[in-house]
Amino acid sequence: MMNNLANILGKLNVHALPSSPITAGAVIGGSIAVLAVIALITYKKRWTWLYKEWITTTNHKKIGVMYIIVAVLMLLRGASDAGMMRLQQATSVGSAHGLLSPNMFQQVVSAHGTIMIFFAGMGLMFGLINLVLPLMIGARDVAFPFMNSTSFWLFAFGAVLINLSLGIGEFSAAGWLAYPPLSELKYSPGVGVDYWIWSLQIAGIGSLLSGINFIVTILKMRAPGMTLMKMPMFAWSVLGAMTLVAFAFPILTVTLTLLALDRTLGMHFFSAGYGGNAMMYINLIWAWGHPEVYILILPAFGIFSEIVSTFSSKRLFGYKSMVWAIWAIVFLSYGVWLHHFFTMGAGANVNAVFGIATMLIAVPTGVKIFNWLFTMYRGRIRFTSPMIWFMGFVFLFTMGGVAGVLMAVPPIDFQLHNSLFLVAHFHTMIVSGVLFGYFAGITYWFPKTFGFRLNEKLGKYAAYCWIVGFILAFLPLYILGIMGATRRMDHYSASLGWQPLFIVAGIGASIIFIGLGLQILQVIVSIWKRNETKDLSGDPWSARTLEWSTTSPPPEYNFALLPVVNQRDAYWASKHSKTKTENDSYSPIYSPKNTSSGFFIGLFSLTIGFSIIWHIWWLLIIGFLGLVLTIILRTTSGEHEKVITVSQIEKIEIPLNGGTKA
Amino acid sequence: MSKKSKILIILLPIILILAVSVWYLSGQNVAVLQPAGVIGQKERSLIFIALILSAVVVLPVYALTILIAWKYREGNTSAKYTPDWDHSRVLETIWWGIPLIIITILSVITWNSSHALDPYQAIASKVKPIQVQVVALDWKWLFIYPKQHIASVNKFVIPLNTPISFNITSDTVMNSFWLPNLGGQIYAMPGMSTTLHLMANKAGSYYGSSANISGKGFSGMNFTADAVSSNSYNSWISSLAKSKSVLNLNNYNKLALPSTYNRVSYYKNVPDGLFENIIMKYMEPITNGSSI
Ligand SMILES: [Cu+2]
Repeated sequence: MMNNLANILGKLNVHALPSSPITAGAVIGGSIAVLAVIALITYKKRWTWLYKEWITTTNHKKIGVMYIIVAVLMLLRGASDAGMMRLQQATSVGSAHGLLSPNMFQQVVSAHGTIMIFFAGMGLMFGLINLVLPLMIGARDVAFPFMNSTSFWLFAFGAVLINLSLGIGEFSAAGWLAYPPLSELKYSPGVGVDYWIWSLQIAGIGSLLSGINFIVTILKMRAPGMTLMKMPMFAWSVLGAMTLVAFAFPILTVTLTLLALDRTLGMHFFSAGYGGNAMMYINLIWAWGHPEVYILILPAFGIFSEIVSTFSSKRLFGYKSMVWAIWAIVFLSYGVWLHHFFTMGAGANVNAVFGIATMLIAVPTGVKIFNWLFTMYRGRIRFTSPMIWFMGFVFLFTMGGVAGVLMAVPPIDFQLHNSLFLVAHFHTMIVSGVLFGYFAGITYWFPKTFGFRLNEKLGKYAAYCWIVGFILAFLPLYILGIMGATRRMDHYSASLGWQPLFIVAGIGASIIFIGLGLQILQVIVSIWKRNETKDLSGDPWSARTLEWSTTSPPPEYNFALLPVVNQRDAYWASKHSKTKTENDSYSPIYSPKNTSSGFFIGLFSLTIGFSIIWHIWWLLIIGFLGLVLTIILRTTSGEHEKVITVSQIEKIEIPLNGGTKA
Repeated sequence: MSKKSKILIILLPIILILAVSVWYLSGQNVAVLQPAGVIGQKERSLIFIALILSAVVVLPVYALTILIAWKYREGNTSAKYTPDWDHSRVLETIWWGIPLIIITILSVITWNSSHALDPYQAIASKVKPIQVQVVALDWKWLFIYPKQHIASVNKFVIPLNTPISFNITSDTVMNSFWLPNLGGQIYAMPGMSTTLHLMANKAGSYYGSSANISGKGFSGMNFTADAVSSNSYNSWISSLAKSKSVLNLNNYNKLALPSTYNRVSYYKNVPDGLFENIIMKYMEPITNGSSI
């Protein structure tokens, strides 16, 4: 009987609960926070509101907000992992061994990378795209609103699954890309790698769906008159990034599936011996992984394009060059993956070709930087906090780019590969490029989303802390790499003389944490004093693109009348043109109905992932049947759209237009 | 506060930090920049060449950023303002062209150096190369001198100005054999043999590590490489031939069991073909592949 009971839960038993005080503390703290939120919602009687307004929403703006909330929470989790790593490496020297055991440290390292890329980075990216892209191209929603909701819930439940690993079982200790054979069952017998596989698999399928959704949205839903070459640069960047998603994420899905087959069904795709080939995995994962970097960074480039142009009150310089640069980057980024493993010994010809292809990417990237600078040239630059992020980006990103060019030379890479120099390089690219870009974007579009601006003073202080803290945290890592320090070390000997540099890096990280704290404070203060920064005009920055032509926040349908576009920077042009466009009368708007299907698809996917991780086969059947049933019910249910009538539109619009009918 | 004192406040800490770091680093082994071998020295020159070429683009970017940001700030209403000026064929040709030229130069350098410094290529020298076989184990490095029939764990000795040919494999997960003072690294993978050629020209004791995560004992997977005169090398070899431990298959399988932070140890009577057998282990069909 006991035996049967044990089998019912598969591999899951009491040993899966956290054993170390640090994890236990984190789990208890996290659970208390979740319970507090649940209690608050119950106390305020907000469950129906939550269900009707958020969980079942298909509106791109609300989905965008939810993406950003999840991503920020994950960013904080990833940052606390980073803090633990800095603490460990500053203290675990010689006879001292730090707070974390080697295995725990490696779990923290793996979780940091995985969470930051897949959940913080991708979440902020899809959040921002959802918030502004449809508005920017004058659309009323994305092409497939229900699919959009499904994407979000797959992402959110992927995030839930990765956090479950903290309290139930363990996380992967094999690095953020889980190279086999280390990630094979033989060397990682626990459930950690399975958590890694299934949280990424679930979130990754969401990303793929989103990629397709936004490609179609951009190609099919632009406002009348907005030809491709009249699109805002952000839309071009997103189109580039989503093209990368559409072709790169299937590779990830397949690679993860093969690894899962190895681990769960005892196959030998990547195992050591028995005909398995780990090098195949490393090729496949980077054939996804390198494009992934550009998936994150292209939208950030797009954000910078919008911001620099707006705050310089000038047209974007070299629009056509910018478009070509994006597509050059998209194209090249598929042909460079091997630069992640020159040290595998592929031979001089292969290494040289991939090295040269890698360096070529520096050309379009450099072109973009020059174009931004010449957008500022002969402009009237307002140094708002988004511009501070941009300035920090230019300085740090260029420096990181040089480090990248160095490592693109294979013989130099032999010396710097997998060292802390490499770690410093890609953090420079991703923090200054991606994260600074998204922070700037959030500050820029916050008033559009919520109707009031963020506190500028705190925003600037936060940016300064991030920039100074970043330099202090990562310059020592560049030096340490040159001194011979490898990445992911939980301990090193005192005689190497590395400790002072690790301590400086720790101080730098602390300054970044102050910056992060200031950002949290910024949001709180801004909400508190929201009446002082209300955006009544819809255009608080004197901006250029269509999203600023509607109210802040925009109505559910974005535009009562679809804008007609004749040129780039359509809204700027309409503000400065003397002839007022004739107003048409309103017509009814078709808007997608709410649906809970996306939520349940996510929930059943989580069930499937969790049951495979723990080998609970009956639960797998339930999860699978639930998923299939949800999809059948959704596809056979009738009407998916509702009509917003003219009188409903007038009720919303007339007060906004000062009482006059359109 | 005057403009001058503002600039001073920004500059002073930067200078101070630079001075302290230079002073600190001058007392340390900055392995990649202080190579003790021919390959490492060539790699260092490559780093400097690539840095200088990059500076041709980077320095103008930095200067332009500061100048433009300062001159065209909103408060400076005397600066020219052309809100609709948005392209210039000449300027754009310059910044597509110049980076392209620099990258072309770098590409030629990359092509040539990738071949010249190919780790698989033997180093030209009159001295006969010495073969060292490297096996990554959980979590230590085993160095086999096949001709001399000796082996050592976590330490090896090589003579100066003699090409060393490392054949590298793993009897566990993937690792990376990295010896920064001599120049470079290459992966150690089970079932495969990779190659690295290095040559020391400065005597010393050098730190090496595994650069690829390999499990819980990974951080302790360090080794020292001593580059010494050929006399000292010969006497080290003969002292190992008198070691107490013998590396027969039985002892090898014991050594291969997981262990962390291993001390240096020495072995004699290493059987022929041990390295090859370790590789072949991973070539066999599904039977029992756990030991040789
Ligand atoms: Cu890459």
